Amino acid sequence: MMRFSTLLRHPADWMTGVQAESGAVVTSRIRLARNLRGHSFPGWARKGERLETLGILRTAVEELPAMKDAFSRELVDLSSVQKHVLVERHLISREHAARSEGSGAVIERRQSFSIMLNEEDHLRMQSIRPGLQLKEAYEALNALDSELERKLEYAFDPTLGYLTTCPTNLGTGLRASAMLHLPGLVLSDQIGPVLQAVNKIGLAVRGLYGEGTESLGNLYQISNQSTLGESEETIISRLDRVISQVASHEQNAREKLMEDDPSMVADKIGRAYGVLRNAHLIDSKEALNHLSLIRLGGNIGFFPAGTVNLCDTLLMDIQQAHLQLHAGAKLSPDHRDSIRAKIMRSRLQSLDSPDIDRQQNDQTGRFPEGGNPENA
Amino acid sequence: MKCDYCDSKATVFLTQLAEGQMKKVCLCDSCAKQRGVTDPTGFSLADMLLGNVQATTVGTPAKRRGVNAGGMKVCPQCGFGFDDFQKVRRFGCGECYRVFSEELAPMLRGMHKGLSHIGKVPEGLMESHFRHQRLEELRAKLEQAIASESYEDAADLRDEIRTLGEVAI
Repeated sequence: MMRFSTLLRHPADWMTGVQAESGAVVTSRIRLARNLRGHSFPGWARKGERLETLGILRTAVEELPAMKDAFSRELVDLSSVQKHVLVERHLISREHAARSEGSGAVIERRQSFSIMLNEEDHLRMQSIRPGLQLKEAYEALNALDSELERKLEYAFDPTLGYLTTCPTNLGTGLRASAMLHLPGLVLSDQIGPVLQAVNKIGLAVRGLYGEGTESLGNLYQISNQSTLGESEETIISRLDRVISQVASHEQNAREKLMEDDPSMVADKIGRAYGVLRNAHLIDSKEALNHLSLIRLGGNIGFFPAGTVNLCDTLLMDIQQAHLQLHAGAKLSPDHRDSIRAKIMRSRLQSLDSPDIDRQQNDQTGRFPEGGNPENA
Repeated sequence: MKCDYCDSKATVFLTQLAEGQMKKVCLCDSCAKQRGVTDPTGFSLADMLLGNVQATTVGTPAKRRGVNAGGMKVCPQCGFGFDDFQKVRRFGCGECYRVFSEELAPMLRGMHKGLSHIGKVPEGLMESHFRHQRLEELRAKLEQAIASESYEDAADLRDEIRTLGEVAI
């Protein structure tokens, strides 16, 4: 049986994945909701029935070839800290972490797939990938779902599609979402209108940890809301198009900032670097906001390649439950801030100060002051 | 941001679709615990949002089951009542969708882009799904034919529906 520590020893595949140039799209995620026919939904089922469905689901899921040697646990067998670490890694939902008896989680070794058993629905399956890869993530999860479909009888209605506990997920049971890092749009005050436009076409915009969470570290999640009346392909290609557009707005905003106000950008990134390299007490909000600027610096050439992945890994490691797990004890807020600062200092130790000159040389190389050399 | 119930710092943020509207609640740690936001059934949250019932007084599914108060429509398979749906905006089992289809239909309109499923169908169900779609189409055509008094067409359509219907069992 895979140990919790083994699961977490390695960063998730998506954290080490090769990022597209701009790095605006951090991850793509696909979630499918499915239920068993003839069984009450988890929230309404009696304990005995919940345990029975858990047994059926767990057997079927563990038999999947993709889930060979997976991390598989009933939630009662996980501590509260362990459950919250899984939430911080986006492997289970916050709601699921509140459950215990009669619920479970099966997580693929490289954390690319995770399946929640008896969450709000009997099955909540997720596939997560680095960058903008919604189609790839869907194809992979769809294959897994089709395999399960051969073993389990799903609750399905020809008119309403896959039947879900909440009617907001009916039909495809599909939630496709991408996590975006948009510091350029935030710094240039364009984030509001861009997100409003996204919202207007029926897509949901949320903070780092889904519904109702604040946006921290310039991270936003965009996902579909409607699940009925459109095919999976239609939903995903619309989302894909919108996300590409937002990413290109972000890219433009960055280029414009570097053209109009390069010292402002250099100053922000330099200060973030200074704080994270030298702070001894730092709360999570401040840390995330500075980390966002380091990540931006990595994207626009202030820091060497690989900095972006370092930031994405740190983003997880400095969160509350990760810190507690790391320390092996319950921590007071002050103590947390101190350990967080220590982790930051040590991980950024080998990172040289931002290479502003190189950036500016690159810039002048690209935008020569004396006009276009071709005209000379 | 402050807690909606006291002045402490809010740490729990919840958004939920209730009665077709997005409702947002901000809570501090202790109010969140007290109001059962972390309740694994996830049911008390909806009650709180809708303000119908004090979260703490909601019976667990097991207690409520079978207490079919005053002839209210109840799902024969799982015992879930429509009053339960109004509180929690979630159903008890797949069968509930058939039982409460009339009540559900107007709500779906505001929720989704369409009213009928397009997309993946479980293997094996594919055939019956297409047959079902075809039947719906034919029935609509039949109604049109009758309305426009094209009785010959109507008779053909009726025969086709009959043949399809017989196989569909």
